[in-house]
Parts: sequence; C-alpha cells; structure tokens
Amino acid sequence: MRAPAGVAPTRRSPQAGAAVAIRGVSKTYGDGRSSVVALDDLNLDVAGGEFVCLLGASGCGKSTLLNLIAGIYRIDQGSIDTGGHRIGLMFQEPALFPWLTVEQNVDMAMQFRAVPRAQRRARTAELLALVNLDSFGTWRPHQLSGGMQQRVALARALAQDADILLMDEPFGALDAMTRDVLHDELERIWQASDLTVLFVTHNVREAVRLGDRVVLLSSRPGRVVDEYSVGIPRPRRIDSPSVAELAATVTDSLREEVRRHGR
Amino acid sequence: MVASRTLDTDLRGLDALDTPRIESRNRGVVVWSAAWPKLLAITLALATWQVIVWSGWKPTYILPGPQEVLSRLGSEFTHSTFYRAVSVTLQRAVTGFALAAVLGSLLGLAVSQSRILRRGIGSLITGLQTMPSITWFPFAILVFKLSEAAILFVIVLGAGPAIANGLISGVDHIPPILLRAGRVLGARGLAWWRHVIFPAALPGYVAGLKQGWAFAWRSLMAGEILVIIASRPSIGVRLKFAYEMADAAGLMAMMLVVLFIGIAMDGLVFGAMERRILRNRGLLTGSR
Repeated sequence: MRAPAGVAPTRRSPQAGAAVAIRGVSKTYGDGRSSVVALDDLNLDVAGGEFVCLLGASGCGKSTLLNLIAGIYRIDQGSIDTGGHRIGLMFQEPALFPWLTVEQNVDMAMQFRAVPRAQRRARTAELLALVNLDSFGTWRPHQLSGGMQQRVALARALAQDADILLMDEPFGALDAMTRDVLHDELERIWQASDLTVLFVTHNVREAVRLGDRVVLLSSRPGRVVDEYSVGIPRPRRIDSPSVAELAATVTDSLREEVRRHGR
Repeated sequence: MVASRTLDTDLRGLDALDTPRIESRNRGVVVWSAAWPKLLAITLALATWQVIVWSGWKPTYILPGPQEVLSRLGSEFTHSTFYRAVSVTLQRAVTGFALAAVLGSLLGLAVSQSRILRRGIGSLITGLQTMPSITWFPFAILVFKLSEAAILFVIVLGAGPAIANGLISGVDHIPPILLRAGRVLGARGLAWWRHVIFPAALPGYVAGLKQGWAFAWRSLMAGEILVIIASRPSIGVRLKFAYEMADAAGLMAMMLVVLFIGIAMDGLVFGAMERRILRNRGLLTGSR
C-alpha cells in the first residue's frame, strides 16, 4: 500500500480534536539480517474521548505502538502527536510495587508528579472507591487476586491524571468472569470521564464489547488494514447477539490476515 | 443506577471469593511453635557434649562438661571486666560493619550502574569475598601496626565485598516490569532511586548485609586474637588469655559468648529485617 516513489502519500486529514495523531510511523528492531519490521508506515487518529481497540494477531506490533505513544521507545520514522496530553499506561501485568500497600501504590503515582500530600490522600480515597477497593487500602498487592491487582493498577494509572489511557492487554491474564465484570467497570469509569482510551487486545469479542472503533492491524509489518465502527449501544454485553455478530465479521477478516502468512 | 449497583455487588462478591481469609493465631501458640524446635536442638547439643565428656575421650581439664562451662559463664557475668571486653568488641564490630556498609554500598551502587566498572572489578569483588580474612592480617599489621586501624581494615575487607555483591545482585534482580512501571509513572532523579530502585533492590541488599555481618564478626574475632592492644580488653583477648592459662572452661565460656552474639545479631537484627521484607512482599512461604 506504500505510495509510489515521487508521489506524496495521501493521508487522512487529522480529525478535529484528535487526541492522538499517528503519522507514517515505522519501527524496526535490530539491524541487518536479524532485523524485524514491527510497524511500517502506520497512520491512525484517535479522537478525544474515544475508546479505540487495537486488534491484531501476534507480531502486529500492538504493544510496540503503545510504547511508542507513551514515549518509552524511540520512533524510527514518522511522528506521533499527543498534543501535550498526559499519558497513562497499563500493562498486562499489574506491575504494582510489592513493597507498598494498595493505597501507597496509588499515592506514589501522584507523589512522582509532586502533588501535595493532602490532595493526594483525598484523591487516593476517591480512586480506590471508584474501582471498588476502598476497603482494601492497607492490603499488600500479593494478598489480592489478579483482577483486584489490575484494578489497583487502573486506579494508579488514573492517579496520573492522564487524558489518554493506553492499555496493553490489561485483562489478558484474567479468568472470563472477572474479565466480564472488569469490562463493565472500565466502561462505567470511561463513560463518567472524558478519558481517551487506546486498548490493545487479541480478543475480538473484547474489542467489540469495549470499543467505539475497532482497528485491525496486519502482522509483520504492522499496518492498519481495516477499521470497524461499533454502533452497538452501551452498556453492552459481551455475550449479546449484536456483539457476537460483529465479532464474527471481524474474526473473518483477522483470519484472512493470519492466513496470508501461511501461504 | 440499578445496573451500576449490580456491578458493585458483582465486584464485591468476586473480591470476597478471591481474597484469602486471614486466620489470627493465638500469640502464645505462635511463640511456642517457634521456640520448641530451638529448645530441642539446644538440649540435644548439650546432651551430645555431655556424653562425649562422660565417654572419657579427654580429661575434664581439657574438655570440661557443659555444667562447668555454663557455671563459669555465669560467674563471668558478675565481673565488670567481662562487660568491658564485650563492649569493646561490640564497638569494634559496629564501627567496622558500619564502615563496611557505607563503602560496600557505594561500591555496589557504582558497579551496578556501570558496565565498565562491572567488567573491570565485578569478579574482583567476588574474589575478595572468597578470600579468608585471616590472610589479610599479616599485611594489615605490617601497614597499621598493632592498632584498631588494623582490625577495622580487615573487617571492612571482609564485609565490604559481601555487602557490595548483595546490592549488585539486588539491583540486577529487579523485575524489568517494575522499572517500566516506575518510568511510566514519571519517577525521575532522586525519586527514581529512592522510591523505585532502592526498595526494589532491598531483598538482595539485606541478604548482602546479613552475610556481611557474618564476615565482619569472623574477621573481628580473628583480629582480636592476633592484634592484641594493651589496655583494650576484648572477647578475643580473653579467649587468648584463657588459652594461654590452659583455662579450658573459661575458653569455652568465651566461645559460647561469641556464638550467642553472632546468633543474636543474625537472627534478631538481620533475620527479622529480612523476614519482614519478604513477608510484606508475599515472598515468605509457610515453612519459615
């Protein structure tokens, strides 16, 4: 799909109020023969307040893209404009500090930003109540289940006072029931805020359940191959027929993409 | 609103099922269950000792029985010179260990952060650690004469590398995900060291301090027997004098003192610190 040499590549004009504007981003790991092109000329706009799910098979560079947006990795080519918005990042692992209590973990995110103590305390209580863990403030991470730890991680990410929340398969390691409940909770929190969410997953139903838009990435190299607007009214259910129906369509398209690599 | 309330109830239900129920145990039971294996071990050790004495393997003026040694130890407790000796020894131990901790920590920190330093002196530190401290004494006495400095020098060389190595391995074993989390949360500068690196490296560091203490105590005992300073009574000096007087009971009483202090520091100070850290992080299994 690369534009022929000498012709300026056509790109969609950035949406008004775009929170994230990704332009022609490429990223290669390693060099020489062993190099792997993770992303190639990737373009994507995410509007403010939008919930976008990035979907793709293994090796499509989903996590790479989040790390580039968060500024953890360096971009080889192209640009990512986050308009000076504050960015929070959640991993598949809760990555809580095991030496701190639940409260202190949330508090630490604000301490790093030099928020005054009194303000921190009030906000910590508020955030723990938001993720329904207000009675677990003095517990240690290891005493909590994986799902509860991930909710603490969510509270901690929100404590960064981020406008853009990047989530890298945050519920990938959880059992199905816990995941369903956390979908409901994430949807509720997102609806009550003006948070922009970029949610990476390889679970098609999860993507359709959560996203305003599902963006399908190709593998090796990663590019945007397809986009689906999800018009299903919220609150949604992962097992509703409308979610299942759209998920089937997306799955077909994802399979086609995977099959390409088998030929 | 109804949906939201259902969600809250769902979450609380899952949480209740997921969280461990903490049983509170009777304090007396806890103390007793920790104490009886130790009491049994001590009883067995004393019994073995007594049996060897009864067997007549050595005459009792060379190998006295536990009763004689313990009553000798009891009478030591009534002499002020004994307390002066213990306090001199402990002072040296604390000063030497503190100095070793400062220097070892600085060295460990530098090596953990610099690839060049690690290549250059990483294996040297481990080499120093395996060197018996007694081999340093002839050199130390040559350089510092029979002085406090000679003893301190060997303690630092004995304990420093262990502490440095503990800190290095503590930093090396920090899970990369915690470092990423720290970066993402915006930890920079001093906060990065104080709130991410140091606490994350703490288990390895405390293990190094604990080992460093053992090395310091051993070096000190060797030093006090070799480096005798007039007007400075110490445990080592009393040990040596007891030997020279062929006072077997006094010798063994002093050895028990050395053993007790070693165990007490290891168990009550470093062991307690270590257990607390591991328990807080959920790294302590039920068998400890």
